[in-house]
Amino acid sequence: MTVTVPVTAALALGDDALVLSHRLGEWAGHAPVLEEEVALANIALDLLGQARVLLSMAGDEDELAYLREERAFRNLQLVEQPNGDFADTIARQLYFSTYQHLLYAELAAGDGPFAPLAAKAVKETDYHRDHAELWTLRLGDGTEVSRERMRQAVEALWRFTGEMFQPVEGVDVDWADLDRRWLESVTDVLGRATLSVPESPRTGAWSAGAGRQGLHTEPFGRMLAEMQHLHRSHPGATW
Amino acid sequence: MTNTEWPLWEVFVRSRRGLSHTHAGSLHAPDAELALRNARDLYTRRGEGVSIWVVPATAITASSPDEKDPFFEPSADKPYRHPTFYEIPEGVRHL
Repeated sequence: MTVTVPVTAALALGDDALVLSHRLGEWAGHAPVLEEEVALANIALDLLGQARVLLSMAGDEDELAYLREERAFRNLQLVEQPNGDFADTIARQLYFSTYQHLLYAELAAGDGPFAPLAAKAVKETDYHRDHAELWTLRLGDGTEVSRERMRQAVEALWRFTGEMFQPVEGVDVDWADLDRRWLESVTDVLGRATLSVPESPRTGAWSAGAGRQGLHTEPFGRMLAEMQHLHRSHPGATW
Repeated sequence: MTNTEWPLWEVFVRSRRGLSHTHAGSLHAPDAELALRNARDLYTRRGEGVSIWVVPATAITASSPDEKDPFFEPSADKPYRHPTFYEIPEGVRHL
């Protein structure tokens, strides 16, 4: 019996998790405090686990991770954005984890091909979202400097957030409803962090985001070069 | 910075089948909520069904090593103070 796996969807969701996992891995040894470093590494490992399952549904996980060119990646532009300062990382995490948590909750409730993965991942993303929320509150409602940095991070990444709700072929959810609930949740957290929702557009001509079509931002090529370097230097090696 | 704004917390963990909280270690965190999250990452690996307590280290009063003798060495020549002569019936657990 063959089960049809929606490859487009597995790649899109898998690439999101893989790329963000790699970004978070870059914090290792550089986080503000030891405890936070462990937390970021934990989140990175959760995401890498999700990526492995999802990419394996689409083909050979190593080949997909290490031998695809930038244009063949289907991740959101949001997750490929550089870590920036701690506030940038937290804003990116808040936006993405909130999205991922809502999405996986939907998928876990259904009986599609992603339901088993989603049932596991929904608990992880709940924790990721909670972690990002706690830090958004502390930075936003912290010192003058931390508040300003958090505000800047929230603004800078805002234009990447509309992209998350472009329908993905093979993922059967109500995207408009997800978008609405995402906005509600993020608005609530930002409000409690004494920050306001940016006025800049999330969709349309002045927003960013064509990652699902394989179009990526400049920092992504660099990231891939670093990530894939060893595998490409020693093709066919086993690790 | 770590000392003033990131105080030390002591962590007590009760494992899923454990009966009591055991001291697992310590960590730095800005407040109790984050101390809990950090403890979860550092000491429980997120195993389900565990309970975590975090306590600011400053809230703990410890017995002093100088008082060791009066505190911990009751006269051993009064065996009636040490009810250790009982056979523990079978089936009694967690004693």
